[in-house]
Amino acid sequence: MSSAVLTYSPGAIRISAATQEAAWVRWGLIALALGWLALFLFVPLAAIFTEAFRKGLEVYWASLVDPDALSAIKLTLIAALIAVPTNLVFGIAASWAIAKFDFRGKQILLTLIDLPFAVSPVIAGLIYVLLFGAQGWFGQWLSDHDVKIIFAVPGIVLATIFVTVPFIARELIPLMQAQGTEEEEAAVTMGASGWQTLWRVTLPNVKWGLLYGVILCNARAMGEFGAVSVVSGHIRGLTNTLPLHVEILYNEYKFSAAFAAASLLAGLALVTLALKSFIEWKTGAELRASNEENSHEH
Amino acid sequence: MAIARTWKSHSVLPGFGLALGFTILYLSLIVLIPLSATFIKSAELSLGEFWAVVTAPRALASYRLSFGAAAIGALLNAGFGLLTAWILVRYTFPGKRLVDAFVDLPFALPTAVAGIALTAVYAPNGWLGQWLEPLGIKVAFTPLGVVVALTFIGLPFVVRTVQPVLEDLEAEIEEAAACLGANRWQTFARVLLPALWPALITGFALAFARAVGEYGSVVFIAGNMPMISEISPLLIITKLEQHEYAGATAIAVVMLVASFALLLVINSLQWWVSHRHGRKQ
Amino acid sequence: MLRNLLLATLLIPPLAYADGGKPILNVSYDVTREFFKEYNPKFVNYWQQKSGQTITINQSHGGSSKQARAVADGLEADVITMNQPGDIDILYQRGKLLPKDWQKRLPHASSPFTSTTVFLVRKGNPKKIKDWDDLAKPGVSVVIPNPKTSGNGKYSYLAAWGYAEKKYGGGDKARDFVTKLFRNVPVLDTGGRGATTTFVQRGIGDALLTFENEVQLIKNELGGSDFEVVYPSVSVLVEAPVAVVDKYADKHGTRATAQAYLEYLYSDEGQELAAKHYYRPRNEKVFAKYAAERFPDIALFSVDEVFGGWDKAQKIHFDNGGTFDQIYTK
Repeated sequence: MSSAVLTYSPGAIRISAATQEAAWVRWGLIALALGWLALFLFVPLAAIFTEAFRKGLEVYWASLVDPDALSAIKLTLIAALIAVPTNLVFGIAASWAIAKFDFRGKQILLTLIDLPFAVSPVIAGLIYVLLFGAQGWFGQWLSDHDVKIIFAVPGIVLATIFVTVPFIARELIPLMQAQGTEEEEAAVTMGASGWQTLWRVTLPNVKWGLLYGVILCNARAMGEFGAVSVVSGHIRGLTNTLPLHVEILYNEYKFSAAFAAASLLAGLALVTLALKSFIEWKTGAELRASNEENSHEH
Repeated sequence: MAIARTWKSHSVLPGFGLALGFTILYLSLIVLIPLSATFIKSAELSLGEFWAVVTAPRALASYRLSFGAAAIGALLNAGFGLLTAWILVRYTFPGKRLVDAFVDLPFALPTAVAGIALTAVYAPNGWLGQWLEPLGIKVAFTPLGVVVALTFIGLPFVVRTVQPVLEDLEAEIEEAAACLGANRWQTFARVLLPALWPALITGFALAFARAVGEYGSVVFIAGNMPMISEISPLLIITKLEQHEYAGATAIAVVMLVASFALLLVINSLQWWVSHRHGRKQ
Repeated sequence: MLRNLLLATLLIPPLAYADGGKPILNVSYDVTREFFKEYNPKFVNYWQQKSGQTITINQSHGGSSKQARAVADGLEADVITMNQPGDIDILYQRGKLLPKDWQKRLPHASSPFTSTTVFLVRKGNPKKIKDWDDLAKPGVSVVIPNPKTSGNGKYSYLAAWGYAEKKYGGGDKARDFVTKLFRNVPVLDTGGRGATTTFVQRGIGDALLTFENEVQLIKNELGGSDFEVVYPSVSVLVEAPVAVVDKYADKHGTRATAQAYLEYLYSDEGQELAAKHYYRPRNEKVFAKYAAERFPDIALFSVDEVFGGWDKAQKIHFDNGGTFDQIYTK
């Protein structure tokens, strides 16, 4: 059982003197790494909140309850509320097909799922303009039937879905592969239907990974800027998401308000990190528990 | 439980057709058909015109910057990411769990927010920028600013690929090396590093792939000067704003092909690593 | 599933929608934000008294070419308010969204007010920037928005060109001058507002070239004592045209409102408000009232006079491979 997956256990390491560095090396390395992280993570994060509160709580509060800010928050939530469940369904279907079955072209399919992760968000926006813009392939048809996609909510939702396609699927596939197929096969042999198997056996096994994927997907969906910026049209109160609202305020010299809106998004990021740590701690605990059980059995 | 499963083409599990069918349909509708639009649109250009657009001096300068800065950022991340993973796995210090959690911040923080935050910090009158300015170091609005943004974006990748491998490494090997008279540095260079290479390269490639297409955080901190500090995604936007759709999509096609190639490399790399790993067990 | 979700989003009503009249969307360029923020409520008020309808006016701002592109791509603006006619001509050329002779539909070639390009320098004018020549000197750094994506940048470029043509003669000499000037530009933001942020907030550049109204706004609202306004000996006449986008206004049934919205710009109230925001009003009485206090008398040339119209200027200077590209890629 030496190959137990210890990915989540922090610091559970057997260190003996012969493989330990001198104290000054240790602390030097720690200081260097923390300095690096400070330059790129902590100082920028502190800057967001400091700038947001620079003009006091009142200005901060006023910039958040501004009607344009509220409608931006609303639109951001709508986009995430549609994009995340859609990609959740996709993620489960894709991981079921990829993790539980063997077929040719799997590697290509995986790469295609990853594609939105590596495609520039700008291109993600561009493609929908090419398709649904007034000059685009379906532009005439959409205009004749009075359906608005680009520069309206559906375009923003589509762009958000595009950039978040891989997140849940990529989280589930390795997990479900690691789980194997024995449990599902047993369930099916005992007469469970496919849906029952998925619902009662597979999903409970990967519930934390699933939640993890959902959280990451949600963070990205609410924070997307480049793709949404191309298809938004920037109409205040109508097609501005929160990240776009940040940019608009920034361009109107309302730096405190811009950072106030940014601090909301940063807060969302911090909540995401907290949830993520919680899930890791939870899965770590469960893994350790099941490992112990296993070693008792043997 | 090691991966002792035998793959079989025939399975008793149901739903393969439905799951795969839905996956492919969804990918086609959301990703593939829209992406194919770029190829078709750029086909409006003749081959000569296409070539002229994608090799124009300004386009070449933008690739140099996008790919160059992404590579520098990913290299920095490879070095410091390894270091960060090392201190997180091997040492204990106060606040370690917090630091561990914060490494993922660039995943979770919206890129536009990262952009204005980094600009506030690194602008000539910013928190750190004001100290760098007298030293003659300009970060914001120069290519260096692009490197800073792309480094931020790629920060978690190397840490998160190296960390689990480092945790799995057997202490016995290091002890053996020490017994044979190797000092710490030799042990690290000769024993540990070779084991970490695949994870390092994967992390590097992921950080690189993510950074090449990045837009939101870069536009705020880069000067956006043609030929100097203009990244390829911005050039696409600029072309779009000048109503040059075919030109914009031609640059997009170049970037798409590059991204796809990169992903294939990464996925093959991961496949290769897991296979090598599997054989050892 | 996806289809249902998409349909569901289509059915979500617009987020801001007032009772009564239909909302209109004004798509505008970057630095009119403050003006329309004040103008819109005034017009809503006026329109309610006149027609009894309460309407909502939605605003979208950005670099002018980008905004025009968005409208051509289907951003359904009822009115478009730009800073040069080229960006409205596009709407005729791509999709016939309005008639070719749209400029004839309102007085003064459809531009209710004008402006010009001037300089903003740092306190005390340390680089002694007095006129265009000073901008082209080595060691001076000048912030200008991108002429390819913003009308603001186009005007700055043409103003410099026009000055050089008058002083040194046309052709290569003007081109050399403009080349030298643009060598001094460290940042090209996509819109006028981005350029302002770069100059003011980020402390980059010795001079900012932008519209008079933007310069005055910066001076008044963002630490007036930190900056000084410099009027060059000669500059370009900025004519900011407006138009109803016929196709969309008719589709939305908002033509009457849209038309009134633009005509109100020419009213005394509209012109007064323009002057308040440092746009030069067309109404001579209003202009005279504020001229001494707000609008220094400098020599202005129009794009028609020096460049033979926007069509020509666009083709020669700003189209792909045009003079600007040649200057930049050298």
